[in-house]
Amino acid sequence: MSRFMKARVAAVDQLSSSVRRLTLVPADEASPFTPFSPGSHVVLGIPGEGRVCRNAYSLISPPDDPSQYCIAVRRQPVSRGGSEAIHSRVKVGDELELSPPANLFLPHWQARHHLMLAGGIGITPFLSYLPELERRGASWELHLRSQDLDVARFPEAAPYLASGNITQHRLERPNLKALLARQPAGTHVYLCGPQAMIDAVKDAARELHWSLARIHHEVFAAPEPGTPFMAVARGSGVEVAVGAQESLLEALERSGVEVTSLCRGGVCGQCRVEMLEGEAEHRDAFLDEQERASQRCVMPCVSRARSQRLVLDL
Amino acid sequence: MQFSPRDDQAFHGQFTFKNSDYAIQRFPFPFPEDEYRYSVNIEPHVLPGKPGSITEHMLDIDEHYLSEIAERERVLAKDPRRCLVMPHMQPAAWDFLEFVMTHYARDYPEAFSFERDGDDCVWRNHLLELEQSFRMGDDASLPLPPLDYIGRQMQGDIALLDQRDGDLFMDAGMITCPADWSLAFDAGMSFKQWHGPVPLAHEMGVFDRALKYLCAIQVGGPVRRLNWTMTIHPRMDSSPETYAEWGSDRTTITAENAGRDVHLRVELQTLVRMPRSHALFFGIRTYLISLEDLCTNPVWQTRLLKVLKTLPAELIDYKGLTRYLPSVLEWLEAREASVAAKANAEATAQAAV
Ligand code: FES
Repeated sequence: MSRFMKARVAAVDQLSSSVRRLTLVPADEASPFTPFSPGSHVVLGIPGEGRVCRNAYSLISPPDDPSQYCIAVRRQPVSRGGSEAIHSRVKVGDELELSPPANLFLPHWQARHHLMLAGGIGITPFLSYLPELERRGASWELHLRSQDLDVARFPEAAPYLASGNITQHRLERPNLKALLARQPAGTHVYLCGPQAMIDAVKDAARELHWSLARIHHEVFAAPEPGTPFMAVARGSGVEVAVGAQESLLEALERSGVEVTSLCRGGVCGQCRVEMLEGEAEHRDAFLDEQERASQRCVMPCVSRARSQRLVLDL
Repeated sequence: MQFSPRDDQAFHGQFTFKNSDYAIQRFPFPFPEDEYRYSVNIEPHVLPGKPGSITEHMLDIDEHYLSEIAERERVLAKDPRRCLVMPHMQPAAWDFLEFVMTHYARDYPEAFSFERDGDDCVWRNHLLELEQSFRMGDDASLPLPPLDYIGRQMQGDIALLDQRDGDLFMDAGMITCPADWSLAFDAGMSFKQWHGPVPLAHEMGVFDRALKYLCAIQVGGPVRRLNWTMTIHPRMDSSPETYAEWGSDRTTITAENAGRDVHLRVELQTLVRMPRSHALFFGIRTYLISLEDLCTNPVWQTRLLKVLKTLPAELIDYKGLTRYLPSVLEWLEAREASVAAKANAEATAQAAV
């Protein structure tokens, strides 16, 4: 899934002391952005010292408008590089790499009422919910707990501020149990924020005997790739360095080693290769527990190495 | 592309359905090897595919377009429940309409056109002589609800799956040519429920793996697979609802008529993520070919015989072949024998010269 596209930074806005909003537009007219579904995220590639940082960010702009994508980024105290770069270096006109939108946090459209609870920057996925919830005439409310990030600073929230459905909690903690207790039956709850908040909501839900199937929280897919390693194809004598952003299969193909493949997603079993040395980090859904534990075979379309080197029977 | 004229008898009654040489040549023969093995045969739907092949474009149409549209109308007129859209799938239906119009117009410009200015659209289907102005997303601007409207102009069955809690639900679709399954019955079911009857697959954990893979399909990353079964006569609609009309056909097959009456039925299944609704479009394009036509290709003939001979009993039963498979094998073996005899005779004649 390495279909990255190019985006140009069209605007940078400071929304609070620690949150910046970026407006991205397609850098190449030939590959325009697509509309997306509410709750989608993109993986942004930001050039840093000697490497590209890849982080996932929720899209906050209206989902049916593919002319631009907006994201909001908090400066992290301990940054992995991406958020720091966005706050210190990225400026209007820069070109960044962008993955197509993916979605792991879609609203449950059959819910009778949608209750969204955000902590700080956790507001972001919900900003793309609002236009679609309104369009569908759904019943909803949104709570943001943050001292310094003001919901009114987001242009995306502006059309909904007057509805009375958005509540900002600044210093006081919302009484979660009371909040859940007054929800109509058939409510679904969406959470995005620190782990402590997620735990607190789940505890309150348990006390009220709610089914946890009605509570959803955002889990970002960590950007797939991992650490570089060496792969050796014993039979053909080829040695290849597998980069952080490519799969073992892609690296082998690049160096002319033929491997049968079909799904390229770890399910079909076609690319299975015998392993002679090294330890694999299995990421496929094909091998069974025993085969994984044996460390004798690996699915190169998705899996990688835990050791420095993998020697393959190819 | 040459479109055969609309033919209301093609898939029932007199069964006038017939493949041209070109259609035979591009038929998706589904067996990559001599022995049948169950596998997750999913692969990326990389576009454009080989020119002229059934995977050249996102959505394939062929010479049977008009006849299949006529068949769809006939089936829907008798049983409107073949089209179903649960209320929460209405946005997905619009997503889907836009997807079909965009791809049909781009890939078959001689047959369709789609102009768009913001939400104001004009759609033209030259094959059906339709022209429609409408506003994207506005139900009142179309003569029929969106899935109903575009489904009646599309070759192939349609299911729109809603994704929630890591599972897929059959919550909308238009199914008029199913191979023995029913939308009304499967509606609202999850992926595992509607695959419940497939033998062997569960033991192999195939479905858990497949489900994970399907849920991870992204916008711009469609996938496809081929599936196959057999049908008596070129009958598109072999659904449980109409079993009374076709069930007994299976008892009519003999070693004499198998070549003419038994058809290989291959489905090109495509799975495409709809961008706005995140629904997964599950498309099923069905291709039919009589064994006689199929065996004009000697390689296919030999392989089909080998595959059918090694088919596990559970699969024979599941695909509904139990009753007539012996007659099919007999017919195929007789053909193989005559081919071999002919080759022998030729070799002898050669030697004599
Ligand atoms: S290509 Fe399918 S599992 Fe690797």
